[in-house]
Amino acid sequence: MSDIRIEKVDKSFEKTGEVVRPLDLEIPAGQFVAFLGPSGCGKSTLLRMIAGLERPTHGRIQRDESDRISFVFQEPQLLPWRTVLENVRLPLELVDERSTQERNELSRQALIRVGLGEALDKMPRQLSGGMKMRVSLARALVTEPRILLLDEPFGALDEVTRYRLQEDLRSFWQAFRMTVIFVTHSMSEAAFLAERQIVFSGRPARVVADRQSPLGIQRGDALRLSPEFAGEVRELQQKFRSNEEYP
Amino acid sequence: MKSSMTSKLRFLIALIPLIVFGGILEALVQSGVVPLYILPSPSSVFVSLATDIQEFVSGFKSTAIGATLGLALSFGIGTTTAMALSLSETLRRAFLPYATFFQTVPIIALAPVLVIWFGFGRPTVVASAFIVSVFPIIANSMLGLQSADPALRDLFRIHGASKMKTLWKLQLPAALPAVFGGLRIASGLAVIGAVVGEFIAGGGLGEVVDAARTQQRLDKVFAAVLLSSLLGLILVVMTDFVSRLMLRSWYVVKDE
Repeated sequence: MSDIRIEKVDKSFEKTGEVVRPLDLEIPAGQFVAFLGPSGCGKSTLLRMIAGLERPTHGRIQRDESDRISFVFQEPQLLPWRTVLENVRLPLELVDERSTQERNELSRQALIRVGLGEALDKMPRQLSGGMKMRVSLARALVTEPRILLLDEPFGALDEVTRYRLQEDLRSFWQAFRMTVIFVTHSMSEAAFLAERQIVFSGRPARVVADRQSPLGIQRGDALRLSPEFAGEVRELQQKFRSNEEYP
Repeated sequence: MKSSMTSKLRFLIALIPLIVFGGILEALVQSGVVPLYILPSPSSVFVSLATDIQEFVSGFKSTAIGATLGLALSFGIGTTTAMALSLSETLRRAFLPYATFFQTVPIIALAPVLVIWFGFGRPTVVASAFIVSVFPIIANSMLGLQSADPALRDLFRIHGASKMKTLWKLQLPAALPAVFGGLRIASGLAVIGAVVGEFIAGGGLGEVVDAARTQQRLDKVFAAVLLSSLLGLILVVMTDFVSRLMLRSWYVVKDE
C-alpha cells in the first residue's frame, strides 16, 4: 500500500477546454480526504484520473498498481438483473480465482457490514435509494480495496439516510484504514467525514485550500450540533467563498 | 398497461371496423359497383378458404416452417455477428457499412438469384426469409450491446474485467430487451421473405398466391394473403411470449 502522488497533472478536453489546472498533490496511504468544490469544477475528473478512467493531459499520477481500487458512483449503478448478493459478488467474479462458495460468503459478510444481511435475495428494484447505495458500498468494500474513491455518492439521499451512511463510511474507514477520497460539494459533509479537506476553485479546478481537520477520530451524531463542528464548517465556507465565483 | 375496459369489450370494439368495412365491401361487390376481378367480396374469400382448405393448410404449414427456419437462422447468425462486431472496432468499421448497404437490397429482385444458388424448394425460401429478417436483429443487438450505462462500463474497467467478461456479464444481459425488440420486427419480416421466396421457388402460400393470380382468382389470392398475415401475427405473438418469459427471469423479483 502506497501514497498517491499527483505530479504536475492537468486535464483538458477538446470540447470543454481546461478542466484541471496543473496540480501537485500528495495523499498519504490510509488518509481520508475530501475533495470539496463547486459543482462541475473538475474535481470528479481528478478522481477519475486517479482511478485510471481518464488519462491526464500532462503530468502523471503515481500509485502502487497492485493496490486494489474501488469506485462508488453518484448513482448506485446496480445491475437490475442480479440479486443484491449477486451484485455485491460481481467484482469478485471479475478478478480473482476464488470458488463461488467463497465469493458468496465474502459478499454476504460485506452485506451484513452495511446492514443488509436480510436482503440478499432481493432485486435492486425492490430497494429504497438508501438501501441501493448501501449495496453499492458493499460492492465497493467486498474486494477489501486499499483505495476507495467516492464521487458524490450521497447527494441524492434524504438527510437522515445521508447522515447514517456518512457515519457508516467513517466506521468502515476506521476498521480497514484504506485511503479514501470523497468528492463532494457539501461543506458539512466534507467536515464531518474527512481528516483533510482540499478545497477547489470553479472550473478549471485549482486548489484554493488544503487543510487538516482538527476534529477527533471518533465522530458521532452529537458532533454535528457541537460548536467546534460549526466552526469547521464556517472555516470551509470562507475558503469556498474566497473563489472568484462566489464574491 | 391498465385500462378501464374489460378484455371482452376491447375485443368487441376492435371487431366493429371489421364488420363495418367488410359489410360495405360486400355490398359494393354484390351490387356490381366494384367488379369481381378488382376486389373479391369477403364472403367469396371465405368460401374459397373453405373449398380449398386442404391446399391452404398444407401451404400454411410449409410457409410456417420456411419462415420459422429463416427466423431461427437470423437469430443465431444475427446475434453472433452483433457480438463479434461489438467486440472489435476494426471488424465493426470493416463490415457495418456493407451490412447497412445489403439491408436495402430488395428481396424480390434477389429471389431469382437465390433459386439459381439453392434450387427450387425450401432452401431458397429459408434463405429469402433469412436475408430480410437478419438485419433488424443485427442492428438491434448492436444497439443493445452498446446500451449499458457508461458508469457500469467504468465499474467493469476498474475491476479489470476482460472484454469477454464485460460482454457476458454486462453487455449481453443489458442487450436482451433490444434483441427481443429486433426479433419481434424480424418475425414479421421472415414471413414476407418466405412468401416472396415461394413466388419463385414454389411451395407454401406464396405458390398459392402466384397460381391464383395467374388464374385471376382474386378470392383465393386474398385468402392466402389473409393466412400469411395470420402467420406473421402468430410468430410475433410467440416471440412476445418468449421475450416476456425471458425478461421476467432477468429483471423481476426472483423470490416471488
